[in-house]
Amino acid sequence: MTARVGVVTFPGSLDDGDAARAVRLAGAEPVRLWHADPQLHGVDAVVLPGGFSYGDYLRCGAIARFAAVMETIVDAARAGLPVLGICNGFQILCEAHLLPGALTRNQHLHFRNRDQVLRIESAGTAWTNAFQPGQEVLIPVKNGEGCYVADAATLDQLEAEGRVVARYVGNPNGSQRDIAAITNSAGNVVGIMPHPEHAVEELTGPSLDGLGFFTSALKHLVETAA
Amino acid sequence: MPRVVVDVMLKPEILDPQGQAVANALPRLGVTDVASVRIGRRIEIEFTGEPDLNQTREIADKLLANPVIEDFTIRLAEDGETVDAQP
Repeated sequence: MTARVGVVTFPGSLDDGDAARAVRLAGAEPVRLWHADPQLHGVDAVVLPGGFSYGDYLRCGAIARFAAVMETIVDAARAGLPVLGICNGFQILCEAHLLPGALTRNQHLHFRNRDQVLRIESAGTAWTNAFQPGQEVLIPVKNGEGCYVADAATLDQLEAEGRVVARYVGNPNGSQRDIAAITNSAGNVVGIMPHPEHAVEELTGPSLDGLGFFTSALKHLVETAA
Repeated sequence: MPRVVVDVMLKPEILDPQGQAVANALPRLGVTDVASVRIGRRIEIEFTGEPDLNQTREIADKLLANPVIEDFTIRLAEDGETVDAQP
């Protein structure tokens, strides 16, 4: 049976279309979810896409966290549902306390938009099991508030537990310890600042490396169902 | 009815690039004796009834501030401190 992967649209989401497309190219059925509808419509995994939900008012992701669909997603994520937050989705996951730390204004204050090399540090998550640890991938980064910060104890804990999922090779925004992606302790929730959904076809992306994040989730679903 | 004022500031250990950019612009104003600038956010809350500081604390903790990177303070506005504006 084809896996169903939900893609949430908040007011101000930008990359929901590309995320749904990436899901389809990876071989799953994308299911569009709406911020005001608490139902997940039986999806097997969820992607929170990039953009500027609620205009980034207050703080990026601060208001999206209280959307009706997020309350359901937070409970489902705690019960093991694979959830990938990309860019603004990562910010929302931090605001919802599914992931530790916060994303703040880029240290140099510039918006960064470029193709970015990442090193996969943990291939043990629901969204990175198609990669090898240490593998380098090329996917676009585009953010103004992508600087990952957390206190030293949290950073040490993330490192010690293998929860740094990917690091920048050439830090674009001042993120502490070059962190581009992290996961929760169960490995089902991943937040990533760069955009794997923009690297899924030769015509539009710098590589096809982004597909691996989505095929990982499908592999994870097959393995956990077995 | 008096309003409650919530001030949200980045924690001291969190870099404030916005404040730094402002500080760096000051010499162009001829100001050279400023050591640092930090930028925060002030929020005024008006309750329908009596100002509720406990409720405000919860609002600030759960929504207005992100405790990972920000601290907040709460106080009642002084007489004449706040001006009615269109909501």
